Amino acid sequence: MKPEELEVKAAAEVARQQAFDARLVCCSSTGCQSSGAAEIIAGLKAELKAKQLDTKVQVTGTGCMGLCSKGPLIRMNSKHQKEILFCDIKPEMAALVIDEVVAPVVNGATIESPAGGLEEHFLDLDAPFFAMQDRVVLENNGRSDPEKLDEYLAHGGYQGLRKALSMTSEEICSEMLASGLRGRGGAGFPTGLKWNFARKVSADVKYVICNGDEGDPGAFMDRSVLEGDPHAVIEGMLIAARAMEATHGVFYIRAEYPLAVERIEKALRQARAAGLVGKNILESGWAFDFDIRLGAGAFVCGEETALIASVEGLRGTPRPRPPFPAVKGLWDQPTCVNNVETLANVPRIMLRGAEWFAAKGTDKSKGTKVFALTGKIKNNGLVEVPMGITLRQIVETIGGGTGTERKIKAIQTGGPSGGMIPEHQFDTPVSYEHLQQLGSMMGSGGLIVIDEKDSVVELARFYLDFCVDESCGKCAPCRIGGTQMLSMLDHIVDGTGTTEDVRKIRKVAKAMQKASLCALGQTAPNPTLSALKHFESEFTERLVPQA
Amino acid sequence: MSTPIEVKTTVTVAAPKAAAAPKDEIIALAQKWKKKKGSLIMALHDLQGRLGYVPRESAMKLGREMDVPLARIYEVVTFYNYFKLEAPGKYIISVCTGTACHIKGSGELLKGLEKELQVKEGQSTPDKEYHLQGVRCLGCCGLAPLASVNGKVYGKLKTDESHFVIERIQIDKPMVHATEEAAAE
Repeated sequence: MKPEELEVKAAAEVARQQAFDARLVCCSSTGCQSSGAAEIIAGLKAELKAKQLDTKVQVTGTGCMGLCSKGPLIRMNSKHQKEILFCDIKPEMAALVIDEVVAPVVNGATIESPAGGLEEHFLDLDAPFFAMQDRVVLENNGRSDPEKLDEYLAHGGYQGLRKALSMTSEEICSEMLASGLRGRGGAGFPTGLKWNFARKVSADVKYVICNGDEGDPGAFMDRSVLEGDPHAVIEGMLIAARAMEATHGVFYIRAEYPLAVERIEKALRQARAAGLVGKNILESGWAFDFDIRLGAGAFVCGEETALIASVEGLRGTPRPRPPFPAVKGLWDQPTCVNNVETLANVPRIMLRGAEWFAAKGTDKSKGTKVFALTGKIKNNGLVEVPMGITLRQIVETIGGGTGTERKIKAIQTGGPSGGMIPEHQFDTPVSYEHLQQLGSMMGSGGLIVIDEKDSVVELARFYLDFCVDESCGKCAPCRIGGTQMLSMLDHIVDGTGTTEDVRKIRKVAKAMQKASLCALGQTAPNPTLSALKHFESEFTERLVPQA
Repeated sequence: MSTPIEVKTTVTVAAPKAAAAPKDEIIALAQKWKKKKGSLIMALHDLQGRLGYVPRESAMKLGREMDVPLARIYEVVTFYNYFKLEAPGKYIISVCTGTACHIKGSGELLKGLEKELQVKEGQSTPDKEYHLQGVRCLGCCGLAPLASVNGKVYGKLKTDESHFVIERIQIDKPMVHATEEAAAE
């Protein structure tokens, strides 16, 4: 494909969509699939055909729109009608949706308020859950069909790559650095710097790896991005490759995410056929292609050296750094590992410029962050918010509180590596620095809400148990320390613990933080320590009374 | 109630040839993956996708064909949660034990199923009909707590709905078989 053809294809797709009077997009991600999305799409199509409306109304799938607990969600756009968002639609309701809303709208009517048995199935798009979000990474979710390349092109797809192809590798790194984008996997290292390190190492073979091994239990941002906008991640990878002069790309994705794998495979096939991946990309003479590798269920593989071992087909055990992967990574070649969400930001930054991105967020944390809002929360699902928004705004305004009579006790960010943040600290703005100051971390974006009834001791135990189970066993502080800490925590949960156990937990935790080889062991004590810090009384209540 | 939808469980590569004997299948599989450096995990995914687990004999055969020592294969298989060394039951019930599901009571759901099926987590029923396992996050946290049966996800379960999961299996049995047949073609 010639670069100019991108616009031609985009314009053709826009015209194709505009030829319809209305467009229905139904979430087709794993969550809504399990609530019957595929049958709903089929049902809507059949119903439209039967009523001879299939030439007037387009029905298509799309990526996660966020409110998974109310899924499947269907968004309707039409020329004269304000956007409508349907929720909780069952396959048998297809006829109702067409008869009560779609057909009247196509025939020129305006729907002001839901009626005809659909009263409970309209969502207010002006509600804070939607209005307070700022969608950059998720901008195509709810808008485009992830399985169609042309729909991605219609929204400026691969234009970022086109721009990157006209720049030097150094310029791309500087642009990324100027944007202030930091790794969304949790550590928050500046992406431009990371790329620049890899760029400066000269080698015949260099790798760029997409880390799609979302291991945090309770988080699904990366799954939603891979499923909902696979081309954006591919484009991000291509730009990253140009920036560091990489020669090969690898997608490392959890095997537990079959749909994400399928969508990436499909998108790669489409991109290859269109000349966007493979030989002579956009007729620039540059060649680049990808391999897909599946994870096999190991949390430690989120650590980059462990991930690299796993890509090599070995046990996923980390190794000491340096040498850093930028110098010696996959097959001992310079390698850069980037998170899915980071990569999905890249094409947008290239297209709209570093300044546009840097205008969002706080001083040191730019852009937006996607959170998976789960646990005891009314509006369960995926949200993308600008950095700098307070935790209270996320949990109470966007999330709608617990949705029960009970109050929120705390949240946990950063999954098993993060910490608990009590309710009285919810006015803290979201940024890498602020969350770290609170003894937690940004993490990849899991945000679990617990209410007054939930025990922080048991939650701490849950996370520690997870980390002990997932410890690769290579270094003693993590392997032995974790097990010892867990046995003491078990005693406390059982009611047989003593103050001595609490003291020792703190001591062992410190050793693990200081001496573990990788981040898994270094951060495993975090949930327990933060729980002890903010809710020590819950621990002491469970201890054996002292004589 | 939640409507089941299938989610593909085997994600690896091209569908297996139905006519090929398992032995030849492993040779073909090994030859395919051998070409790519470091493909042992992918080959094992491929193998387990076909057989449901990694039988010892197949592992030996795979090792010979790929020039990988059996010890190395076991080293990998035992490290990753995803691989199974024993044949699971026909219906694999996976209860998500991720944090979101944990908070919403997946532990009770799992206990209920253990009681219902008279097995412990990680075990199969003696008739090899059911296999019960707790799994790491399935990534549908918005629908917690949830369980999947042979890849079909059932979301928004109640913690006392273990009987519901079993009932659904009975209803979906013909469907599951249809999927298996379709996959084999």
